[in-house]
Amino acid sequence: MSWRILLAFCAVSYGLKALGPMLAGGRRLDPGLNRALELVSLPVLAALIVVQTLGDGHRLVLDARAPALAVAAVLVWRRAPFLVVVLAAAATAALLRLVA
Amino acid sequence: MAATAVERRPDGLLQNAVGIGVAVGVYGVSFGVLAVAAGLSPAQACVMSLVVFTGASQFAFVGVIAAGGGGLAALGPAVMLALRNAAYGISLAPVLAGRLHRRAIAAQFVIDETTAMARSQDDVAASRRAFVLTGISVWVCWGVGTAAGALMGGVIGDPRALGLDAMFPAAFLALLGPQLRRPGAPVAAVAGAAVALLLVPFAPSGVPVIAALAGVLPGVLVARGARA
Repeated sequence: MSWRILLAFCAVSYGLKALGPMLAGGRRLDPGLNRALELVSLPVLAALIVVQTLGDGHRLVLDARAPALAVAAVLVWRRAPFLVVVLAAAATAALLRLVA
Repeated sequence: MAATAVERRPDGLLQNAVGIGVAVGVYGVSFGVLAVAAGLSPAQACVMSLVVFTGASQFAFVGVIAAGGGGLAALGPAVMLALRNAAYGISLAPVLAGRLHRRAIAAQFVIDETTAMARSQDDVAASRRAFVLTGISVWVCWGVGTAAGALMGGVIGDPRALGLDAMFPAAFLALLGPQLRRPGAPVAAVAGAAVALLLVPFAPSGVPVIAALAGVLPGVLVARGARA
């Protein structure tokens, strides 16, 4: 991975965080826009979940990642700690691949 | 009695800040392991955690790289996940008022955890203290966790055999789950997932996740309907 992309990522990330403290002063964001901005992470996270579970290049496939996600879903629902969720998902996928 | 209550509260804040930091540190270890497994150098993983310093975006970036995407494809979803920090920063501006260089430093710490902690205080002074304590605690723990994970990641074998690729969706789900209670959130999530899935066979890599942003629209409409 190139340092150039990483530096761009650093700059954009800081720029977004700094907009408010550096420039907003006492101004407020339109409540509708604010809600939309805070809602942005939901479809993006959901898309990342399905693409990285089912995607294989341009194909959609069902492999060991899908049952791993199902295990993770149960654990998230049961409010398990973050590390338990990701380790259980990894263990599920690893076991299924070992058996296959 | 009143005096002890006042004295106690900052300690409660410190305790909470440290607790959140430790939890984030564990999360940082998994980030470090996955970042190195995806092909970042340990130095790159650490620079990302200390400078980019916004967890979900970093996971998204590394997840796309791990799945074989290029740097630009990785930047798209990562930046979209960082957009909410702009909203946080604007809402926190009154709390972070002060001299320019102090605001410039405070800006780096505008993330989920500091925003949540600052918002849950009763007055500006407590909000500032919560913001600073949480920010320092999370930044240090996230950095140390990443470094530890990156060093461990270097000695790990085949990432697929260990199921590391399955850790990304699980991590995103763990981030998504608690947010689903908000009005419009489930609709936004399902719409985003559907758009992305439909586009995977046709669109260049990275585009399906960016296009999923369209899911915000039905989410906002539903949230508006829920309040009306």
